[in-house]
Amino acid sequence: MSTLSKPGTAGATAGFDVERIREDFPVLKQYIHGKPLVYLDSAATAQKPFAVIDAIRRFHEVDCANIHRGVHELSQRSTVAYEETRSKARRFLNARGKEEIVFVRGTTEGVNLVSSSWGRKNVKAGDEIVISAMEHHSNIVPWQMLCEEKGAILRVIPMNDRGELLMEEYAKLLNPRTRMVAVTHVSNALGTINPVREIVAMAHQAGALTLIDGAQATPHMKVDVQALDADFYTFSGHKVIGPTGIGILYGKKALLNAMPPYQGGGDMIKVVTFEKTTYADLPYKFEAGTPNIAGGIGFGAAIDYVNQLGIDQIAAYEHALLAYGTEALTRIPGLRLIGTAREKASVLSFVMEGIHPHDIGTLLDRQGIAVRTGHHCAQPVMDFFNVPATTRASLAFYNTFGEIDALVAGLQKVKEVFA
Amino acid sequence: MVHDLYQEIILDHSKRPRNCHSMADATRQADGYNPLCGDKLKLFVKVENDIVVDVSFVGSGCAISTASASLMTESLKGKTREEALKMLDKFHELLTTDSAVSQDLGKLVVFCGVRDYPARVKCATLAWHTLKSALSTELTEPVSTE
Repeated sequence: MSTLSKPGTAGATAGFDVERIREDFPVLKQYIHGKPLVYLDSAATAQKPFAVIDAIRRFHEVDCANIHRGVHELSQRSTVAYEETRSKARRFLNARGKEEIVFVRGTTEGVNLVSSSWGRKNVKAGDEIVISAMEHHSNIVPWQMLCEEKGAILRVIPMNDRGELLMEEYAKLLNPRTRMVAVTHVSNALGTINPVREIVAMAHQAGALTLIDGAQATPHMKVDVQALDADFYTFSGHKVIGPTGIGILYGKKALLNAMPPYQGGGDMIKVVTFEKTTYADLPYKFEAGTPNIAGGIGFGAAIDYVNQLGIDQIAAYEHALLAYGTEALTRIPGLRLIGTAREKASVLSFVMEGIHPHDIGTLLDRQGIAVRTGHHCAQPVMDFFNVPATTRASLAFYNTFGEIDALVAGLQKVKEVFA
Repeated sequence: MVHDLYQEIILDHSKRPRNCHSMADATRQADGYNPLCGDKLKLFVKVENDIVVDVSFVGSGCAISTASASLMTESLKGKTREEALKMLDKFHELLTTDSAVSQDLGKLVVFCGVRDYPARVKCATLAWHTLKSALSTELTEPVSTE
């Protein structure tokens, strides 16, 4: 039997001072029902460091103005700060240009923008859209709506019982009618890291475009949209320690240029008369109305924070945490991990024999431990594994090995209640 | 720790639910579904001369919803339709109002702890919502707690 080692003194996690990092996250320093908070729900939303909180406050206290219009000083400052985030997001994803970075409310809006704008123009009856068996509802429903509207067909890449996509089945799904392959980079319910580069290459060979849902990947690993050759890549700021209500849609310039606007309004136009409107250039064509300025500025601070820690260092530390957690949970009799892919990030989804996830969630909460229970907006995944719901502990770089121990101890108590 | 919620009687009924079987001669039946947690419940009711003579259920759910269904079936037998619906109102009040008086609810008062867990109220009321649906009209759609 192997021994559980707590990295932190050697190897991948050396030099990653998690206690020092936790000082930056005020939320973490509190007691829930008399127990120290153990926050294991970062896949739902990540906690925010002072740097982000302060950036948002500073904007409201000092710089608050609308962007892209006023000639006055405050508007200039706001515009510069907001647009700086676009540049930061471009570097974060390694996009070629700023015009490829569209601000959206979050991943859901990113997918909807593409399915509506690109989809309505390019998808016809009999065309096919390919998604995967492990998609979040946000990367299922918009495509279903498009298919229904156009008479197109939705195809689903199946997975095995580890929660890995069956690539040979995927290959069989591709054909000249395939217009779009929309898959998640990392599964929110299972933690599976999908071979996105290969998925994209195969789609391109079949003449299809690709959209990658990066909501669960961007917090945990370096993403390079040029290396992936993804046509669209979208993610949410709030999962990457930024505020809610702000996210990014990356799209290749030529594709974005050829797409009609998503919503009409202010800021997305060049000239408006009652006869005709000329749309703004990229990326503003897709950004109607006053955006989430404060959120955008806070998001910039979040990217800075992540860069300062180093996304590779974050990935290495989280990988060690996940390995430790996987081994610890596997030792609990009656516990079954849901999602045991060979390539995984930050998610420990599980069921326990005879104990419903909601009871587990409530009993853990009373011990200060925050986990997510339910179907995780991935009902088809639950159906596949034949469970109504799972309990999901999801990790971030501010979590500690001690918190994994607390989870294990908490689950033992849950078992005692139901013994 | 959370014995205010998971009282012994609730744990007992969740592990060994009573009247947990289908009923061939039921006069009414309804499906309940809580999309939030995936709890599913099929309720069978036998009403004769406006009296609930038998109730049973099948389904899968958390401890709270299973125990609630189990205790509900026990407490309904012999009640008129109107009395049963009145109990539903009282039960709902018990779960949602701090000052609720729990008279006439008998064993069901063990669920008063659910008050402190707003996210779990739907678990405890799923069976009762399904009952309402079974007693009210001829059914075409499953009831939902949403």
